[in-house]
Amino acid sequence: MAVKVYGIPLSTATRNAMATLYEKGVEFELVTVNMKEGAHKRPEHLKLNPFGKVPVYQDEDVTLFESRAINRYISTKYEGQGTPLFGKTPSEKALVEQWIEVEGQNYYPAMSPLNYQLFFKKMFSGEGPDEAIVATNVQKLNAVLDIYEARLAESKYLAGDFFSLADLSHYAQTEYFMKHSGKSDLITSRPHVASWWEDISNRSSWQKTITYGSS
Amino acid sequence: MATTSSLVPRVKLFGVPYSVCTSRVIMCLLEKQVEYDLQLVDIVTTQDHKKSEFLKLQPFGMIPILQDKDFSIFESRAIIRYIARKHEGQGTPLYGTSNKDKAMVDQWMEVEAQNYNPAIAPAVWNLVHAPLFGQHGDPVVANASIEKLEKVLDVYEGVLSQSKYLAGDFFSLADLSHLPFNHYLIHEGKRGDIFDKRPHVNAWWKSISSRPTWKKHLSVAFPGKKFD
Repeated sequence: MAVKVYGIPLSTATRNAMATLYEKGVEFELVTVNMKEGAHKRPEHLKLNPFGKVPVYQDEDVTLFESRAINRYISTKYEGQGTPLFGKTPSEKALVEQWIEVEGQNYYPAMSPLNYQLFFKKMFSGEGPDEAIVATNVQKLNAVLDIYEARLAESKYLAGDFFSLADLSHYAQTEYFMKHSGKSDLITSRPHVASWWEDISNRSSWQKTITYGSS
Repeated sequence: MATTSSLVPRVKLFGVPYSVCTSRVIMCLLEKQVEYDLQLVDIVTTQDHKKSEFLKLQPFGMIPILQDKDFSIFESRAIIRYIARKHEGQGTPLYGTSNKDKAMVDQWMEVEAQNYNPAIAPAVWNLVHAPLFGQHGDPVVANASIEKLEKVLDVYEGVLSQSKYLAGDFFSLADLSHLPFNHYLIHEGKRGDIFDKRPHVNAWWKSISSRPTWKKHLSVAFPGKKFD
C-alpha cells in the first residue's frame, strides 16, 4: 500500500512533508483535498484529522497529522535510506529536536503571521494587512533571526554541520516569506542566514516540492 | 530510588520549579526515575536568564536548560524527548512500546505545541502571571484565548471518548506536556469550568493530575499548598 499524503501542493505544512519524503527517497501519492470547497472541514477528512487541517499522512497502518510529527515519523521509519535527517548520534538527534522546537516555538510564530498578513490574507479575503500585527511580528522575527545569524556563523546548519529535519522544518514558511512578503531583506541582510537559505532551498527535495505538478 | 551509579554525575536542570516549561521537564525526570540537580535561575529579581553566561547556553534567554555532562539542550519539548529516549529502559514508557505508539505520541505532542499551547498560554499569562511580573493582565485577551481553547478541548473530548489518554491507552509525553498549563488555568486562573463540562477531558485531567509524580512535584513547587 503506497504512502499517501492528503493535502494541497500550495499548503506550507503539506510542502514540508513532501520535502521530507523526497529527502528520504520515499514514493508517495498526493491526494488533493478540495479546501476551496471546504472538504477539510467535512466528516470524511475530520475522521483523518479532527482539527480539520492538512496534511494527513497514511503509511500502512499508520495515519498521522501535524507535519512536524509526520516528518519525524518518516525520518525514523525510513532511517536506512536517503538523507539522514536526525544526524548520526543521540546527541546530534537531541540537537535536531531542539532546533525543530526552536522553529515551532520561535521562528514559525513570528513568520507565519507575517506570511498571512502580507500574502495569504489578500488571496483568501481580499483584505489588506493589519499593520500592528505586522510591526509586532517583524520585531519578533528580527530578534529570532539575530540568534539564527549567530548560530549559523558557528555552524553550517542549525543542529551542526549536517543538514537535518531542523533545517527542513523552515522550508515552507521561508519560501513564501522570501518570494511574497516584501520583507525578504530580513533574511538577505543577515549573511549567514542568507547563505544557509540559499544552500538549503537549492536542495533537489525543495526544488521538486515547489515545482510539483509543473511539467 | 537510586537508578544510576553514584559515580555517574546527575543531570543539571536550570530553571525554577513553578515555571511551566521547567515543570514539564521535572515531571519527565520523575516519571523516568532519573536523578537530577535543580539549579535555580532567578528570573524575577536579578534576571539571570538574560545574562551572557546563560545566553551562551540558551540564546533565546529562556528556562529550562538541561545539562548532561558536557552536553546541553534547551526547549522543554526537546528535552523531554531526549530524556524519554535515553532512559527508555526505565520508569514509565513515555513513548509507548511500538513505533506506531511513538508516532501517536509525537502527533499529540505537536497538537499540544501548535494548537493547545497558543490557546492556553495567553489565558494563563493574563489571568495568573502578568501581575507577578508587574504587568497588567487583560481579561479580554484571556477570554478570547479561552474561547479558542474550548474549541480545541471539543476535539480532545471526542478523542478521549475513544482512548484513555491522548496517544492511546497509555500515559505518555503528550499527556505530560499538558500538566503545567492546565494546573495554572484551573487552580490559579479559576477556569476549571471548561474542563468540568467535558466529561472525558475532565476524567483525563483527574487521572493525569493525580499521578504520584505530579503530586510530588506540586509539593516541591508550591510547598504547603493543597490542590484538589
